Amino acid sequence: MSEVFPRVPVMATASTAAARAVSPAVEARGLVKRYGDVTAVAGVDLTVPAGTVLALLGPNGAGKTTTVRMLTTLLVPDEGTATVAGVDVVADPREVRRRIGLSGQYAAVDENLTGFENLDMVGRLYHLGRKRSRERAWELLEQFDLTDAAKRVAKTYSGGMRRRLDLAGALVAEPPVLVLDEPTTGLDPRSRNDMWELLTRMVGGGTTLLLTTQYLEEAERLADDIVVIDHGRVIARGTADELKTQVGGQRVEVVVATDGDVDAAVAVLHEVAVGELQVERRARRVTAPVTSGTQVLVQVLQRLGEVGIVPLDAGLRRPTMDDVFLTLTGKPADEVAGVDEPARPVGEGVRP
Amino acid sequence: MSAVGVVLADSSVIAKRNMLKITRIPDLLVGTLISPIMFILLFGYVFGGAIDVPNYREFIVPGIFAQTVIFGATITGAGIADDMQKGIIERFRSLPMAQSAVLVGRTASDVVLNVIVTVIMSLTGLVIGWRIRTSFLDAVVGFALLLLFAYALSWVMGLLGLLIRTPEAFNNLTFLTIFPLTFITNAFVPLETFPGPLQTIAQWNPVSTLVQAARERFGNVPPGTELGTWSLQNSELYTLLWIVVILAVFVPLATRQYRRAAAR
Repeated sequence: MSEVFPRVPVMATASTAAARAVSPAVEARGLVKRYGDVTAVAGVDLTVPAGTVLALLGPNGAGKTTTVRMLTTLLVPDEGTATVAGVDVVADPREVRRRIGLSGQYAAVDENLTGFENLDMVGRLYHLGRKRSRERAWELLEQFDLTDAAKRVAKTYSGGMRRRLDLAGALVAEPPVLVLDEPTTGLDPRSRNDMWELLTRMVGGGTTLLLTTQYLEEAERLADDIVVIDHGRVIARGTADELKTQVGGQRVEVVVATDGDVDAAVAVLHEVAVGELQVERRARRVTAPVTSGTQVLVQVLQRLGEVGIVPLDAGLRRPTMDDVFLTLTGKPADEVAGVDEPARPVGEGVRP
Repeated sequence: MSAVGVVLADSSVIAKRNMLKITRIPDLLVGTLISPIMFILLFGYVFGGAIDVPNYREFIVPGIFAQTVIFGATITGAGIADDMQKGIIERFRSLPMAQSAVLVGRTASDVVLNVIVTVIMSLTGLVIGWRIRTSFLDAVVGFALLLLFAYALSWVMGLLGLLIRTPEAFNNLTFLTIFPLTFITNAFVPLETFPGPLQTIAQWNPVSTLVQAARERFGNVPPGTELGTWSLQNSELYTLLWIVVILAVFVPLATRQYRRAAAR
């Protein structure tokens, strides 16, 4: 079968690397998807150079998943074009599927099959052949630390194990392009960290990775480039550093001891702020963007002393991805997250 | 490998997965295997005394065969709805496999299940006095007709599973449709007992003609049975026509819906 379905080698040789330098692993131009009156994706452009990691960052309902579904042939775009691994997603979807590995938002493992059976089945459906499918299943179980659980049905797996099995499923055919839709959503912090380490190791091997996330930390940690998307549009793009520079300046952050002190702290920081203040009442934390660093901090501490406030914590910091998000969307990341998802009008439990 | 070869190879992978799955869910297995035995015993002995048919237990066994394989066909839809809900279909759709393989494999594995169930029902039937009074070949044709009809229906169920997307809702719907479909027939009582319009429906209901054809092939038609309509006089042909029409309509519809289903 492998003669008929040639597999694309993962390790790029010098010549293919040169070829990919001119044609990126993923390229999308003006992608649009509408659901009735709702425009889920309103003209998204993306370029992922081969061997790099791109994070599509945005809150729920921003259009991330819809974009990914168009790139992975699960959804036909209403407008625009896209190529993945050099193949047009609309013209030749099956060839695209041969060259990608997809792992969705919910771990789509068959819980009544064992870990081994799940991966073996995926290998057969990639047409790797009986022998190679088995070998590959064991390799991946080993690599993903699931060998001990290989013969247990996936129903008995923890959330983290299911996610690893699902990810392993995406890697069965050693695809040159890997697409992960919110790979750590729903995982506990420890499993999330494990997953990040796993992904970091993986992309070190030269795979192109496109991932979506609503976690700023995740984008910052894994991605070479970040595309921020909101309401179906790209609102910013660049490296984490570039995005922070785009937002500019530094922040003075003050945490006070009592609720009553918050207003006083707001008043003090107003005097030095060059932009909007960020007030987190429950944490009793006030943050202000400022122009010059340390003198401002000294000035703030003096003023606080004059009005009789001893802050629990006060400091100067560079903008975080949260600040980037706040500046770009006008809302903090955790406030934007959780709004309705127009990209998913139907289907329970099935990924949009 | 040819396109047909790919479809067959992929479908067999899916069918194997479904069979494995059945062995992993003991409840399902026990329910599927025990319930036909229970039905044969319950109907044979509970209604047997009240319904005026000579040798009622022999009369009813082909009826229960038909009802059971038709319920067996609904497993296709419930399984597909479950796969939709859990995102398994989405994973399949992202693989370079044949697009029709999920449905072809699913319907095929449900035939295998129906064969096993039919064997168990036949043995139970033999124990309570049901007999094949014709030839071996006739019996094979009778069983083939039952399985073929169920196979055709499983494509209808597959389409419904793709549309409904949750196994609970799917099971509710099939409960409400399959019971009338199999009860407004000659499966459990003679057609003469139905009141006017209901009798006409029952006479033209393909489940009635399936049961009639099976009884003829097994030699279980009670003496003096009236065959008032063309459908019953030509029960085998009429049933086969239904099978062909159902397959011709629902195979393409279900396949098209599969392509669309996850693509919303």
